[in-house]
Amino acid sequence: MLLALQGAVSQGVIWGIMVLGVYITFKLLDIADLTVDGSFALGGCVCAVLVVGYGADPLVAIIAAMLAGAVAGAVTGFLHTVFEIPAILAGILTQISLWSINLRVMGKSNTPILANETIFSRLSDLSGLPQSTVATICGLVIAVLMIAALYWFFGTELGSALRATGDNEDMIRALGVNTKVTKVVALTLSNALVGLSGGLITESQKYADIGMGTGAIVIGLAAIVIGEVLARLLPARFTAGFAARLTAAVVGSVVYFLIRAIVLQMGMDANDMKLLSAIIVALALCVPVVWEKYRLRASYTRGGEADA
Amino acid sequence: MLKLSRVRKTFNKGTVTEKQALRGIDLELADGDFVTVIGGNGAGKSTLLNMIAGVYPVDSGVIEIAGKDVSRLSEPARAKYLGRVFQDPMRGTASDMWIEENLALAARRGKSRGLAWGISAKERAEFPRLLATLDLGLETRMRTKVGLLSGGQRQALTLLMATLTDPRVLLLDEHTAALDPKTAAKVLELTAQIVEERHLTTLMITHNMNDAIRLGNRLIMMHDGQVIFDVAGEEKRALTVADLLQKFGRAAGDEFANDRMLLG
Repeated sequence: MLLALQGAVSQGVIWGIMVLGVYITFKLLDIADLTVDGSFALGGCVCAVLVVGYGADPLVAIIAAMLAGAVAGAVTGFLHTVFEIPAILAGILTQISLWSINLRVMGKSNTPILANETIFSRLSDLSGLPQSTVATICGLVIAVLMIAALYWFFGTELGSALRATGDNEDMIRALGVNTKVTKVVALTLSNALVGLSGGLITESQKYADIGMGTGAIVIGLAAIVIGEVLARLLPARFTAGFAARLTAAVVGSVVYFLIRAIVLQMGMDANDMKLLSAIIVALALCVPVVWEKYRLRASYTRGGEADA
Repeated sequence: MLKLSRVRKTFNKGTVTEKQALRGIDLELADGDFVTVIGGNGAGKSTLLNMIAGVYPVDSGVIEIAGKDVSRLSEPARAKYLGRVFQDPMRGTASDMWIEENLALAARRGKSRGLAWGISAKERAEFPRLLATLDLGLETRMRTKVGLLSGGQRQALTLLMATLTDPRVLLLDEHTAALDPKTAAKVLELTAQIVEERHLTTLMITHNMNDAIRLGNRLIMMHDGQVIFDVAGEEKRALTVADLLQKFGRAAGDEFANDRMLLG
């Protein structure tokens, strides 16, 4: 059980990097970007093939995974902005085409990298720590670096323009920002993080699979939602900042994988996990709406004046 | 400063809903002109401003700002010349961002945005002083999200943002129409003050004929995609609402009775 939980933490942290990518599109741009299912697997496939097929350095393979994800995001951005295809559909188109592309990249439906060195096995050899511990630490360090980088980026002129694009597109266009560019930048950046996460997961679990990204967007949304709920339990002054919200998203990811590990240990079928994820997201999106409606109904008084 | 020559725009061309929004507009604003624009619904006032701002491409004709032909430039590319305030107070500001962030975004209007900090220390020190000129007490709330401000406060902020970096032309599209009368008067007074002080070339659409006569040095009336009345200086100052109604009645004929102009 403890071993399963430790594995869940390391998985959660590394998937958390993907969640950061989803955060950019979903929370800042208000787009549910379905590219991530494909770009996560793309990152994994590219990484595995480079390590196994081309004997590439595992670190180079990770960087290539990140770049591949970025390209996938740029394609979605291009379809969405230049050809004005609705964002959801543009994401679906890229995602579907990536299924075929990923199969082409690997030439088969999965690639094990059991015999090859990974960044985790390398660091494990160097430090003498077990690989699962190395994966957790490594994931944490990368996640913190990414949060710091995003915090910096979204404070810059370009990053501010990007946030404003999600907030009020009319306004930022009137202020001279080409929102097509900011949207493509956001989608590229987002999917770069997703590809990076896919590459890291592949090296930590030692195989890439064509289906590894299926449902990634739902996991991302679930993690964001869980993170937001947990953040509400803390005093607002700790959770109001942008870095805190990003951190909450990664924490949400860890909690998601812990929940997953626990329910799997309790005997739930692994295939039911996607249903559970969907239910978590659906509930999280329903509750505020239902609560608001309830509050409005409950506050009605016939006399027109409340007693209190 | 602003010159439109034979500007035409037809929406939904070739369909049953075809609408000739602008039928060959010729208009020239001198530097520092403050022009009020009146006209009924569907007269083409907002289309005129949107054409100047580049929201839609023109069908034909030429738009020049400060001697430069901008007819085929995109909306963001024209932004460096233009300050704009919309009718809807929600449209001019980003509600999830701080007051100082909104101002910083506006301070970079039309400039390329790179990886420098989104707001400089100098701006941070300077913005409260600028906000104080609005006299709304916003200067102490630099890190308040704009979404928490009232419509009037947001519109005053938008006005400040639109004029932060001296625009060549200021476009005001019924920017006080969504405000209550008292707030509207306040924002209008602020508008007159800023335009006067900064000597801004301005086009202001309004439905209030008293304001149209009282403010600015020139007034144009639009009807059915054309400028039907253009008056400036002494002659404009002598105008009365009755004169305008009469002018408008003659041009519009029967439609007149149904029009919102009556309510002005």
